[in-house]
Amino acid sequence: MSATDERVLRVENLVRHFPVKGRLPFTSGGVVKAVDGVSFDLRRGETLGVVGESGCGKSTLARMLVGLERPTSGEVRFGDAVVHAARGRDLRALRRRIQIVLQDPYTSLNPRRTVREILLQPFEIHPDALDRKRRLDRIRELLDLVGLDPSVHLDRYPHQFSGGQRQRIGIARALALQPDVIVCDEPVSALDVSVQAQVVNLLERLQRELGVAYVFIAHDLSVVRHISDRVAVMYLGKLVESGPEATLYDAPAHPYTKALLSAVPVPEPVGRGDRRRILLAGDPPSPVNPPSGCRFRTRCWQATETCATTEPPLAGDERAVACHYPLAA
Amino acid sequence: MALLEVEDLRVSFPGPGGDATAVHAVNGVSLELEPGRTLAILGESGSGKSVTAQAVMGILDVPPARVAGSVRLRGRELLTLAPKQRDRVSGEEIGMVFQDAMAALNPVFTVGDQLSELLRVRRGMSRSGARRRAVELIDRVHIPAAKDRARDYPHQFSGGMRQRIMIALAIALEPDVLIADEPTTALDVTVQAQVMELIAEIQRDSGMGLLLITHDLGVVAEVADDVAVMYAGRIVERATVEQIFAGPAHPYTEGLLASMPRIDRRDEELYAIPGSPPNPARLPSGCPFHLRCPRADDVCRATLPALEPLPAGRASACHHREELLHVSH
Ligand SMILES: Nc1ncnc2c1ncn2[C@@H]1O[C@H](COP(=O)(O)OP(=O)(O)OP(=O)(O)O)[C@@H](O)[C@H]1O
Ligand SMILES: Nc1ncnc2c1ncn2[C@@H]1O[C@H](COP(=O)(O)OP(=O)(O)OP(=O)(O)O)[C@@H](O)[C@H]1O
Ligand code: SF4
Ligand code: SF4
Ligand SMILES: [Mg+2]
Ligand SMILES: [Mg+2]
Repeated sequence: MSATDERVLRVENLVRHFPVKGRLPFTSGGVVKAVDGVSFDLRRGETLGVVGESGCGKSTLARMLVGLERPTSGEVRFGDAVVHAARGRDLRALRRRIQIVLQDPYTSLNPRRTVREILLQPFEIHPDALDRKRRLDRIRELLDLVGLDPSVHLDRYPHQFSGGQRQRIGIARALALQPDVIVCDEPVSALDVSVQAQVVNLLERLQRELGVAYVFIAHDLSVVRHISDRVAVMYLGKLVESGPEATLYDAPAHPYTKALLSAVPVPEPVGRGDRRRILLAGDPPSPVNPPSGCRFRTRCWQATETCATTEPPLAGDERAVACHYPLAA
Repeated sequence: MALLEVEDLRVSFPGPGGDATAVHAVNGVSLELEPGRTLAILGESGSGKSVTAQAVMGILDVPPARVAGSVRLRGRELLTLAPKQRDRVSGEEIGMVFQDAMAALNPVFTVGDQLSELLRVRRGMSRSGARRRAVELIDRVHIPAAKDRARDYPHQFSGGMRQRIMIALAIALEPDVLIADEPTTALDVTVQAQVMELIAEIQRDSGMGLLLITHDLGVVAEVADDVAVMYAGRIVERATVEQIFAGPAHPYTEGLLASMPRIDRRDEELYAIPGSPPNPARLPSGCPFHLRCPRADDVCRATLPALEPLPAGRASACHHREELLHVSH
């Protein structure tokens, strides 16, 4: 992929805590530490994959990246602008440059609007993006780009499309304003493999042609490997490991990454009885009361007393890991 | 005699305009399941997998659904049984787990109450005996502190735990056949591995036959003995799991395998089957896959291929099955 060294997004120590109600009226139940200190850079034209178990904070992170959720602390910078600090015109300008595609192709499109109306909407919010007379041509181009036929599909409603086609409409909408960044929150999780392949290929082709950068969130590790240049692994609101796709998958350094990879079913029946799988005990702990020290220690097979008292920082640059005893390659 | 035999099963639903617009969801499916074996049913969304399972389980509303053919459990025909007897069979001899555990569990009763009620009504157990057995079952599906957790309501469990509670309900009456319809699709990989391991363990202990519906090829490769691939309401290929992965004998299976991203390597581009699945209310002439098939010719467009045997006990519904078997080896 055509990634350059220019940073389009800089994420600095991002935190989002949600207060929760207690069992009794007017009491506090503490806070859910949904995202708890996440930092990374996104380069122009690259894909950063983000993986992690359900509830680890992926969607909360995604919403903060596009300015739909305010961080409790920390910041997301796009060029010189801080995403959640922008107001009025600046905010609208930022929203144009950073778009989001959501998981569910069935609920993320308004059922009462035709494809034409859905795709024209971004231009109504950002009227200065394109001259009114040229908009229809533009949305025809967009449909064409995502492999739908404008002459057939323009005046249909979402329910008249299959899941994969709806997801392509969502992508066309995200592309309408020619953004620099698209945050994809589980864009293919609801689709079956053959349709998933169509959507993944489309995203890759658009990146080659338009140079857009993706943050690609998913819990399917195979898809993430396929599409990403770099991958970040999240556990209970924090990044525990990040690095280039090949080194992270072939030589995981964090025990959680290793367990996650070993749990992925291998599509090869020969020798399946001999495969070694790390079955993590139990469920992830509650994000209201994360374990002291290393958050993974309650499920880690190599935890020591140090792990219970001292939190391991995410150390390293291109290849980073947060563990006192990283695994050898 | 096989444990479960399905022969020429057909299911249709009337359309808005009567018979002309009827949805032909299942069009002549035949299957056999032996005790202790796992038969996986693979296929695209809408290919009729769930309707097949529901017809076997006897939980389709008839009418409006129309069901024809034969479903035999240990040689006994189920489709002609009186509703009362049929309910008894599906409750006691066939168990079922689905994708959405929340929808299957009753939100207003504790999980312990739901399990003991089932045992009291179906097995005539005493209140205290049923309670004890319920706790054993919760423990059997590896939920820690089973005795305490029996007093919890479904919403107090995580997604993976709810799935395990549903498995406890499905195996409570020790069925001969377990039907699992996408049992792990909503779960992430670490929990998915735990749940599949649990099902395999119960199967080893009890010799129950498992009909596993999924579109996850990785899961199929890990747990299935035999595979049936469905397309447009028909079985288009049947083989052992090793045979399928060594070389499919149907172009649809070939496309499915090729579109899967691999975790152990990174391919340049994923193969994607062109087009989308046919509308079950308006199937094309000839082979239902011909509009998307790279090998389609005039014979394919005119004549529906039957599921015909191939060497080594496998079968394929493709006019070019012999050639396919040659290329892939
Ligand atoms: N508005 C909110 N109020 C309170 N808690 C919230 C809110 N939004 C998210 N959370 C909690 O924050 C945590 C992270 O949620 P998030 O949706 O970001 O997870 P996720 O990684 O996207 O999970 P999934 O894979 O299931 O989509 C969860 O414990 C969730 O319950
Ligand atoms: N109760 C119903 N009434 C009318 N049509 C139905 C009904 N249930 C299923 N269908 C239709 O029958 C066809 C087969 O559906 P089925 O649910 O068996 O698909 P599936 O293979 O399980 O797909 P998925 O992978 O999405 O679960 C679909 O076209 C579906 O819309
Ligand atoms: S810091 Fe300790 S508990 Fe945490 S992952 Fe490393 S070894 Fe395991
Ligand atoms: S019968 Fe023809 S169209 Fe159908 S799968 Fe075989 S080659 Fe393709
Ligand atoms: Mg999410
Ligand atoms: Mg289904």
